[in-house]
Order: sequence, then C-alpha cells, then structure tokens
Amino acid sequence: MATVALGSIRKQIESTAPPRGLWCDFPLGRPLGKPGDPDFQHRVLAAAFALLDSPEPVFAEFDEVIHDSGDEMLACPLPPRHDPDAHPAIDEANGLRAAYDRGVEMSNGRFGAGRVVAADDIPAAIESFIRIAEGTPWAEAGIPGMPMRVSHDIRSYYETAALAMVDHAPAAWAGTRWFLDQTETGKVMMAARVAMQEQEAPQPMWFYLTPGDR
Amino acid sequence: MEETHLMADSDIKTMTEGLPAPDFETTAFTTPPPLSEATVAIVTSASLHHPEQDDFEVMDTGYRVLDGSRRDYVTGHWSPNFDGAGFAYDMNTVFPLDRLDELAERGVIGRVADQHIAYAGNQFDLSAIRMDSGPAGAKWLREQGVDVVLLTPV
Repeated sequence: MATVALGSIRKQIESTAPPRGLWCDFPLGRPLGKPGDPDFQHRVLAAAFALLDSPEPVFAEFDEVIHDSGDEMLACPLPPRHDPDAHPAIDEANGLRAAYDRGVEMSNGRFGAGRVVAADDIPAAIESFIRIAEGTPWAEAGIPGMPMRVSHDIRSYYETAALAMVDHAPAAWAGTRWFLDQTETGKVMMAARVAMQEQEAPQPMWFYLTPGDR
Repeated sequence: MEETHLMADSDIKTMTEGLPAPDFETTAFTTPPPLSEATVAIVTSASLHHPEQDDFEVMDTGYRVLDGSRRDYVTGHWSPNFDGAGFAYDMNTVFPLDRLDELAERGVIGRVADQHIAYAGNQFDLSAIRMDSGPAGAKWLREQGVDVVLLTPV
C-alpha cells in the first residue's frame, strides 16, 4: 500500500520523511488549500499523485503558496444590544443564534458547537468565563467541561455564525481574528485566559483557550 | 490585561515546526499499481467522525472509519491552532472525497475506497499510534483492498 502525505509545515514533513511527501505551504487546517475551488484542489491532488511515479522516496513542494497576511479579518455585523441587563457577551451570543443555525445548515454541521457544549448552552458556558475574567477562581467558575474544549465550542459557535453572514469562502483565520478581536465574547475569552494564567492554572488549561501565539 | 496582537499562520507554524519527529529506521516505500487501476483511500488527522460515532476525546489515539457514501463528517479536533472555517465552508479542503469521486469518473484513478480513516492530529504522545492504532488502521485498509492512501494533515 503506497502513501502520499500532504504536509503543511516544511520542517515537519522533512523530519518525518514519508515515502512520498508533498509540502503545500497553505494555512494550517487547509491541506487542499482553497475551499470552494475544485480546480485548485485538483491541482494539489495531481501534484500529490504524480509522486506515485517516483521509483524512490521523494519530497516535493507544491508550486503555489497561500500566504496568510496575518491581518485579514471578516467584516461581520454584530447584533445590536437587545437585553440591556445581560452581559454584552451573553446578549451578543444570543443575538447570533439565528445566524449560527443558518451556518450549521450551510456547513452540514461540520464545525459547529456541540463537542461538549450544545448551542443552547453556549451562553451559560460564556458566563463561566465571564466569572473567571471578573475574578472567580477558574476551578470554581463552573466551566462545563475541559476549558480548551469548551472554548473551542464557543469559538466554533461564533465562526459558524460568521459563515452565514458572509457570501464567500473566508480567508484562513479571518473568522478567528473577527471572533477574538471584534466580539464581546472574544474579549471575555482573552481576559479569562490572562486571569487563569495569573491564577496559576495548569498551563494547558489556559494556553489552549486561544491560538497559541496569542 | 496583556496587549493583544493579530496572529499569523506563520507564527503558529514557527511554534510547532520544531516538535520532535519520530525517527524511522526504514522508509516504508512501495510501488503501487498504476493509478488508473488503484483503489484510493484518504487517511486524515482532522478528527473526523460521523455524528453517531464517538467524538475524539483529548489524548484519543484511536481511529474512526468514515463511510465514503455519506457526507455528514464532523470534526472533533479541539486544537485552537488551525483554521476550521475552510473545512466548514467546503469539506474538500480537508477531506477531498468529491474530488476523488471526480477523478474516478474520469478514469484517472481506478476507484475510490468505500471507507476511509480519521485520526486525531493533536497528540502529545505518538507511541500508541505508532505501535497500535496506526498499524491497525493500515492493516484494515489493506484488507479493504486499498492500494494508495492520501494523507491529509490537520
């Protein structure tokens, strides 16, 4: 059985040295490069399967790079305040629910909430991180599961809602940047992460709440 | 609160590119039949599963068998260090089953395997996959008559 490995990180595919490796310098999470672009995906597959003709182990580079500029961000409208008594993040999450449901339908449920927190319970999950940001010890805040998995469900809830509010394939990380830098809940997650670090929570508990370079 | 900055994909790659890689004594190189006669399967590390299957828990080194006739694939990958919107928008960004079906229709590949395999790519210890679930998955694919495997990383 022959294998062809696509690789997103050059040093990793070089160091693991698969029998046939194609380094595709695309953003992490997009090994075929461009969502919604069958012609591009076929080019990647053609380059990968061409390596099957090699009579010996082979490493190759795909001839096109997809570079993440680091600053592209979705421009999604955020819901206006509805419940002035609610925390802005909770009000925001509730206001995005209709968009989230449309996003789930569009994406066939591939990437929404629900790993450990169902969509209905996302506001309550956000409340636990609000409590941490406001000073409650993280272990007493009522996080409904492992913090990184709960955080992932919250981020996925927002990014799925965003998917329904744009009419194109989002650039890599554009939805994540929107969530972390533009939304009230993103601010809560960043603040809770800092608070957990200051509370000397175990490193994996706070570190994986956001992408690692934050 | 610490000063925030916009992250870039390159920053995350730099953080992870130095992770120690397994050291293989030999390269498992084999020559497949002609692609136009080969059965092709996908093995992905995107933690994909069907809704009714168990999700991937943290440290889950097992695999899930994916039915290629379905399209209800869910990712259980919990790492924050990848973009998930591409897969949400188009599953072929990670799991190019539609593209393989098209290649089979054109006669470029012999046939698409009926079933495929997913592992969880965010692992802290690879020994269980190297010694147990990896070989078990490969054996299972061989028993399905698979000749060529495309590995897609997440």
